[in-house]
Amino acid sequence: MSRVLRLHVPLALYLLFTLVPFYWMLVFALRPTGSTALVPWPITFEHFDTVWNGIGFGTFFYNSMVIALGVLVFVSILSLMGGYALARFKFRGQRLFLVALLCTQFIPGAMMLIPLFVIFREAGLLNSLTGLIVADVAFQLPLALILMSGFVRNIPVELEEAAMVDGCTRLRAFFAVMLPQLKPALVAVGSFAFIGAWNNFLFALMFASRQDKFTLPVGLSYALGEFNTDFGALAAGGVVAAVPVVLVFAVVQRFLVQGLSAGAVKG
Amino acid sequence: MRTKRWAPYALIAPTLVLMAVFLVYPIGSVVYYSLQRYNVTQPWKNGFVGLENFRSMFTEDPLFWQSLAFSAKWVVVEVGLQLLLGLVLALIVNETFLGRGMARAMVFSPWAVSGVLTTGIWILLYNPSTGIFQELARWGIGDPGTSVLGDPATVFPATVVTELWRGVPFFAILLLADLQSIPNDLYEAAAVDGAGRWRRFISVTLPHLKDAIILSTLLRAVWEFNNVDLIYTLTGGGPANQTTTLPLYVARKAVDSHDFGYGSALTVAGFVVLLFFSILYLRLSKFGSRA
Repeated sequence: MSRVLRLHVPLALYLLFTLVPFYWMLVFALRPTGSTALVPWPITFEHFDTVWNGIGFGTFFYNSMVIALGVLVFVSILSLMGGYALARFKFRGQRLFLVALLCTQFIPGAMMLIPLFVIFREAGLLNSLTGLIVADVAFQLPLALILMSGFVRNIPVELEEAAMVDGCTRLRAFFAVMLPQLKPALVAVGSFAFIGAWNNFLFALMFASRQDKFTLPVGLSYALGEFNTDFGALAAGGVVAAVPVVLVFAVVQRFLVQGLSAGAVKG
Repeated sequence: MRTKRWAPYALIAPTLVLMAVFLVYPIGSVVYYSLQRYNVTQPWKNGFVGLENFRSMFTEDPLFWQSLAFSAKWVVVEVGLQLLLGLVLALIVNETFLGRGMARAMVFSPWAVSGVLTTGIWILLYNPSTGIFQELARWGIGDPGTSVLGDPATVFPATVVTELWRGVPFFAILLLADLQSIPNDLYEAAAVDGAGRWRRFISVTLPHLKDAIILSTLLRAVWEFNNVDLIYTLTGGGPANQTTTLPLYVARKAVDSHDFGYGSALTVAGFVVLLFFSILYLRLSKFGSRA
């Protein structure tokens, strides 16, 4: 009985707090306009048709996917390179670099909007998906690199040394021995980057003013303002924006728990 | 090992370049702009004004002080509650029970959801005509209330709860990772010594979690200070600027009024707050670990 009070009751309450908002959105997205039924039946897909084809969420989805996948690829590769350098080499300026990486966590993206806008304007990167990818990579890379170096440090250096004694170059040893060991690390860091880029709102709002370059968060924010009577459309847009990240998260959340403990907490 | 000495530099070079262009250079230019009159809509008036932006910020702009005060209140309330609830949640999902993996994935999932999407979900939930409070009222629980986001009395708690929904999992995930690394023998030894459940929590669990708590609280406080997307889309800073944080004020100066000079001065003020806060906090945490 005490276990029920200590464990099951609070968990059930918290699950309610977590899931009711998700369910509320799903109900609005699936039931016809004007219905107040708590179980959406019969299910309608009219709202999805409205947002996907009518409001242009199909385009926003494509833009968000291109950006998030681009960021995933670049953050994974660059954090692997830098994380390996931090974990396996001693070099001049290493401490300074590490401190600089930590300091970037205190830099507010929102407060960098003005200079970044000027840089983007000068570089002709406004309204370009490439520009958004580059900015997201720059802001996400430091934390990813810290996490990755934690993962690399957790792999015994003897594995590599053995391969190099057997005649491998350092590069071959890395690809043959280290990379397979680092798969969970890549999953954690890559999904972290994907989720972060998928959700980035301010950069996309600021640097992409043309509707064909909107991302899902920007499209959704316009839907909040301009279609605030069409709750079905708003909810359907929300479902479109939520499904990929929540799926990614559900699949990789246990790697994230490991990754955060390996990289962030034990720095 | 047989590797060129330049190898580590080559490996970190792309990161260094990106950091220099997108982080270091912009900070320098914000400081430069803060000394300028720089308004995109009136370029003919632009030019060096010295500390004029700061003077008017400190002496003529009540909204600066108001947004700074709201930022402080927001960070303290939000981070305090997230830490408390996150710790409880982590302790719960660290226990062994049927369906634990499923429960973890579900209670952590809002963390993956962005500020704007969170806003969308909660606007549906808070809506005055079709939201959750109206549904509950139909069942006879509470009154069919007004709009919680439009009422000055409820807008703050409503915003706090919304951010808790997505922020508590952050602490829960980090603390769960650390809970899993506590060796079981410590608990067994404490139990042999006659320590009860509460005593074991105080003497074994909390000391072990201390570093993780300090680090995650520090990070989260900075992130919550910088949080813009949720408040921007949920309340727009209203009603009557009641929920305007400093970064939100900066963003509105930049996005809506194109006043880059004054916005930059506000940014510099924000940097100073963060710098002071992080130095203070780092010292405190060091002090804690020596004790």
